[in-house]
Amino acid sequence: MSANPKIVPMISDPVSSPPPRGLMYEESLLWEKERSDHPGVDLPQPAGVKLRTGQPARGDIGLHQVSEPQAVRHFVRMSTWNYSIDHGFFPLGSCTMKHNPRLNEKMARLPGFAHIHPKQPQSTVQGALKLMYELQNWLAELTNLPGVCLTPAAGAHGELAGLMTIRRAHEMKGQGHRKIVLTPDSSHGTNPATAVMCGYEVRSIPTKENGRLSVEKFKEALYATSPDGSDVAGMMVTNPNTCGLFEMHIQEIADLLHKAGGYFYCDGANFNALVGKVRPGDFGVDVMHINLHKTFSTPHGGGGPGSGPICTSAELAPYIPVPTVVKEGDSYKLQTEEDRPETMGQLKGFQGQFGMHVRALAYMLSHGADGLKQVSEDAVLNANYILSRLKDDYHVPYEGPCMHECLLTDKTQKESGVTTLDIAKALCENGYHPMTVYFPLVLPGTMLIEPTETESKESIDKFITVMKGFAEDVRQGDTEKFHDYPLNTPRRRLDEVKAARSPVLRWK
Amino acid sequence: MALKYTNDHECIHVEGDVAWVGITKYAQEALGDLVYVELPEIGKKAEKGKSVAVVESVKTAAEVYSPVDGEVIAANDAMPGDLELISKPVTQGGWIAKIRMSNPAQLSGLMDEGDYQSFLKSLD
Repeated sequence: MSANPKIVPMISDPVSSPPPRGLMYEESLLWEKERSDHPGVDLPQPAGVKLRTGQPARGDIGLHQVSEPQAVRHFVRMSTWNYSIDHGFFPLGSCTMKHNPRLNEKMARLPGFAHIHPKQPQSTVQGALKLMYELQNWLAELTNLPGVCLTPAAGAHGELAGLMTIRRAHEMKGQGHRKIVLTPDSSHGTNPATAVMCGYEVRSIPTKENGRLSVEKFKEALYATSPDGSDVAGMMVTNPNTCGLFEMHIQEIADLLHKAGGYFYCDGANFNALVGKVRPGDFGVDVMHINLHKTFSTPHGGGGPGSGPICTSAELAPYIPVPTVVKEGDSYKLQTEEDRPETMGQLKGFQGQFGMHVRALAYMLSHGADGLKQVSEDAVLNANYILSRLKDDYHVPYEGPCMHECLLTDKTQKESGVTTLDIAKALCENGYHPMTVYFPLVLPGTMLIEPTETESKESIDKFITVMKGFAEDVRQGDTEKFHDYPLNTPRRRLDEVKAARSPVLRWK
Repeated sequence: MALKYTNDHECIHVEGDVAWVGITKYAQEALGDLVYVELPEIGKKAEKGKSVAVVESVKTAAEVYSPVDGEVIAANDAMPGDLELISKPVTQGGWIAKIRMSNPAQLSGLMDEGDYQSFLKSLD
C-alpha cells in the first residue's frame, strides 16, 4: 500500500450550475453540486487503528467531496466575477488602489519570512525583527513621528490605536475630563465612529463652503463649550482631505489645538499624496496611522489583509501599544508591557500582519527615498490631469489644483436626470470599477476619482474618453440608456431599496 | 400654528406644549428612499440640537435632531413598517416623534415657511 495520497482524476463534472453565457460562468455553491462519493484525495485506510472514543477511524463527517479539478474550477470561476486592480483601472477615491508589485510577493515568500512562527524564540527570528525595526524607522523618517507601532491590523484599527493613544496620554496627564473630538464634516466615517468607540463626543466642523477647514470655523468648534478649549481631547483630520485638497491652514489650526491642550490625529488614508514630499510631523500631527495597503502597495481588498501602523510624536510614544521592536546592541527585541509600563497595552495578537510588513519594506527599498517622492508626484499629477480634462464636462465644486484625487459632482448631468449612480453603472458597463460615489458627504452626488501613480497616460486617456462620452451623451439627450446600465455584467442593476428594506440574509 | 423649520431640515408642528417632529421634503429627496427609521424611546430626554431619531436610506444614515429641549412622549410606531409615511405631512402621519417642550421659547429661533424656502435657495 502506498503511503502517498493519490489524486483522484475527475470522472465527470457533476456541476449543477446553470449553463454559461458566453465565457461568463454562473457557479453554484460547492454544497449544491451533485453529491459524489468520490473523495478528492484517496488516502490509504489506516490499518489497526482504534479510537478510544469508539468511532471508526474514518467515517463520513458529512462534508461534500469534490475532486481537485472540480475544486479548482469552482474557485477560479468565482474569481472571474471579481474585479481587481489586476484587471484594470480602479479609480476608487480615498482607497488608493495601486498595483501590488510582484517583487513584494517574492520577498514575502522567502522561507525565512514565510515559515516562521510568532511564538518562536526571538533569538531565532532576528532577521524578521530587524525587518520590522527597519520598517518602523522608515515610517518614522517619512512622517517625522518617531514613535511607531506596527501592530494595528487595518486602517480603522490604526485609528482606534491612535485615538486610544491620545486618550491614554490625557488620562496619564490628569486630563481625562476632556470629552470632545473635533472632525470636519468631510471626514471618513471611521473618524467619528472611532471617537465614539473611545468614549468621546464628536463635534463636526463645517467645511462645505470651500472644501477646506477654515481657521474661523475651527475656532468656533474648539471654543464652543469652553473659552480655552480645555474640554477638547483632540481632532481627527485627513490631510489632504477627502475632497482631494490640501488643508492650507493646517499649521495654524494645529497650533491653536495644541495651545488648548488637544492632540492632532491625522487620518493617513491619503498619505499617498504626501509621501516623500511632506512630513506630517512638520505640520503639527501628534499621531497618524499609515495604511500599508494603500500608500505602500500591500494587497488591498478581498481581505488583504490590511495593515495600519501608527506613528506618534516623541511625547505620545510611551503610550502606544506593545509590542514594538527595539535594537539592543546588535540584537532586536520585542518590547512588552514590562519594558514600557505607560503603554495602553496590547491591541492585536502577536506582532500584527507581518507578511504586510515584509511587502511594505520591499516597496520602500525598491523605490528608495527618491522613488517614493516620485510616487506622490505622479499620483498628484495623474489626478490633476484627469481634473483638467474633465472640468468642462462635469461640475468641479472646488477649484483645483487637487492632490492625489479629484472631486466632481453630477450637478450638470442631474438636470437631464442622469445621476452619479447612473454614471457609476455606466462605468461598470464599460469595464471599469466606478470611482468612489456619494462620498464625501459634504455635497450631493460626489464622484471622487483617484488614479494613483499606477496608471499610464494611455490608460488614463481611455478612462477620460469614456467619461467625456457619457457627458456628451447626456448633452445630446441620449439619457434613457443610463438608467438601464449595466447590461453585460453577471448581475444587472439591483433593487437596492428592496434589498435594504427586506434583506434576504441566506443563500437561496 | 404654521409649521416651523430647522436648518437641518426638520419640520415641526406645535400643539400646545408638544412639538411634532418630521423631516422636510428637501431632506427626503436628499436621502432617497428610506429603508429604516430608528425611533426614540418614550420618556427619552430630548436636547435641542442632539439626535432624537435616525433615518436610513440606501445612500446614508442621517440623524434627526431635536429642535427643542424636552421629553419624548410619543414615537410613530407605524413608520418603520410603512416608510412611505415619512412623505406625508407631519400632521397626517409624517411625524417621527412628539416632544413635550420644557422651553417653548426655543421655538422662536426656528424658521417659518418663507425663511426656510429662502434658506433652501441659498444652498444651491
